[in-house]
Amino acid sequence: MRMPPKKVVAPVCAVVALLAAWQAICMAGLVPNFMLPSPVEVVQALVKDFALLMSHLWTTLAEAALGLAIGVAVGFAFAVLMDKFETFYLAFDPLLTVSQTVPTVAIAPLLVLWFGYGLLPKVLLVVLTTFFPVTVALASGFRSVDPDQVDLLRTMNASEWQIFRYAKLPAAADQFFSGLRISATYAIVGAVISEWLGGFTGLGVYMTRVRKNFEYDRMFAVIIITSALSLALMKGVDALERLCMPWKRAERNDS
Amino acid sequence: MAAAGAGEKGAGAVSGAPALEARGLTCGWDERADVVRGIDLRVDCGETVCVVGRSGCGKTTLLHALSGLTLPRAGRVLLHGEDLAGRPGRVSYMLQKDLLLPSRTILDNAILPLVLAGEKKASARERAMPLMERFGLAGCEDKWPSELSGGMRQRAAFLRTYLMGNDVALLDEPFSALDALTRVDLRRWYCEMASELGIASVVITHDVDEAVSMASRVYVLEGDPRGGVPSRVAGEVVVDHAAGGGEPFELTDEFLRAKREVMALLG
Repeated sequence: MRMPPKKVVAPVCAVVALLAAWQAICMAGLVPNFMLPSPVEVVQALVKDFALLMSHLWTTLAEAALGLAIGVAVGFAFAVLMDKFETFYLAFDPLLTVSQTVPTVAIAPLLVLWFGYGLLPKVLLVVLTTFFPVTVALASGFRSVDPDQVDLLRTMNASEWQIFRYAKLPAAADQFFSGLRISATYAIVGAVISEWLGGFTGLGVYMTRVRKNFEYDRMFAVIIITSALSLALMKGVDALERLCMPWKRAERNDS
Repeated sequence: MAAAGAGEKGAGAVSGAPALEARGLTCGWDERADVVRGIDLRVDCGETVCVVGRSGCGKTTLLHALSGLTLPRAGRVLLHGEDLAGRPGRVSYMLQKDLLLPSRTILDNAILPLVLAGEKKASARERAMPLMERFGLAGCEDKWPSELSGGMRQRAAFLRTYLMGNDVALLDEPFSALDALTRVDLRRWYCEMASELGIASVVITHDVDEAVSMASRVYVLEGDPRGGVPSRVAGEVVVDHAAGGGEPFELTDEFLRAKREVMALLG
C-alpha cells in the first residue's frame, strides 16, 4: 500500500495532537467543565442533536446561497460598469472600500429593524458582505488583460463585446474564483451573524439559544457544523473553478 | 474565404505591384512630439521587407499606424492603393508575444479571426485542420497553449495571423522571444511559407542579421524620439538573395555587404 503524502499526514497529526491536548486538559480538570466541554462531549452533542442541527442548517444554507448568488450578480454588474466607464469607477471605488469598513454586526440590527425577522434582512446582509470581494477581484481581473491582446483582437475587427468575452472575461476568471472563495465563507458567517439578532430558525438562532442555556457542548457542535458548511462551500467553488477553467489543469501540470 | 483567399489574392496579384505603402507618414502619441516623421516605405506583393532601428526609435508606433489601429498625423497608408487610415482588420498583425488566449486550445486560438468574423466554430475548425499540418502543428489541435514550447506557440500565432485572411502581414519582432536555434528554424520556415502563400510581410526587428537574411529590402530607421528627434528612414538597402548560388546565404559576400551597409546606416 502507498503511504499517504506528507501534505495529508502533517495537518492530520496537528489536529489529532490538538484534540488530544484539549481532551487531556478537560479530563485533568484544569478548566471547569461548564466553561470548556471536552471534544468527546462535543461529538456526543453533535450526534444527539444531528437531526435538529440539520433542520437549522437548511435555513442558513438557503440564506447564504441566495445572498451569495445575488451578491455575485451585483458584484459582476459593478465590475463590468467600473471596467466600461472610467467615471463610474472613480465615483464608486472609494465608496465600495468604505462600505467594507462598516462592521457587519453593526448593520445587522439595523437591517432587522427595517426589514423584520424574515428572510430578507439575512439575505441582504449576505449580499452586502459577499459582493465586495467579487467586485474587487473581477475589476482587477478585467484590468489585468494585456493591452496588446486587445489591440490584436481589434486588428481582427473584434467588437467590444467580443473583446470582453474572448479576452477580458477569461483573463479575470482566475481572480474571480479567488474572490468567490472568500465570498463563500463570508456568506455562511454573514448568515449566522444575521440570525443572532432575530429569527425563528437557522444555525445562528440555535447558537443564541444554546448559549443562553450555557450548553457549551452544543454550542461547539454548531460551530463545527458552521465550519463544515463553509469548507463545503469552498470545495464547491473549487469544483466549479476546475469545471470552468480546464486550461488551468494543464498549466499546473506544466510547472 | 479567408484562408484560401489570402493565397489566391497573393498569387493573382501582379508580382512587383505595391501591396502596402506608406507615404510621408508622421505619427505620435497624445500631445507629445512626433515619434516618426515623413516615413516612405513600401512592400510589394509576396515580398518581405524589414525595418531595423535601435530600441525606442518608434518601430511599434510605425507599425500601429501601418495596421490602421491609429491615425497618422500626416501622410497616408495605402493598401493596394486604397487609404487605410483608422480602419484596422485589413492587414494582419503579429507581435513578439504570441498572445494566444490561455483559455482556448491551439486550434480554437488559430481559428479566432474566423470565429470573430461570425463563422461557425465547427466549419472554421474543419477549414483550419488541414492547415495545422502545414504549419507544423499536427497533433496539437486540442492542446492548451501552456502545453507547447515557445516555437510551437509562435507557429500557432502564425497560423492565426494567416487565417486573418489578409495578404499583408505586419510582424513586430516575431522571433525575438525564441531561443537562437528555434529562431533560425522558424525564420527560414516563415520565409518559405510566406512566399508559398504569397503574403507580403513587413518585419520589424533590431537584429541586423535577421533583417538581412529575411528581407529583399531593409529600411533603416534613425532618430531619437525620446530626445525630441523624430525618426526617419535613413536609408534602404537592397539585398540580392540569388547571389552566392547554392551556398547558405548567411555565408555569402552579398550577406556581408548588405549587413555592412545596414550597420553603417545605423551609425
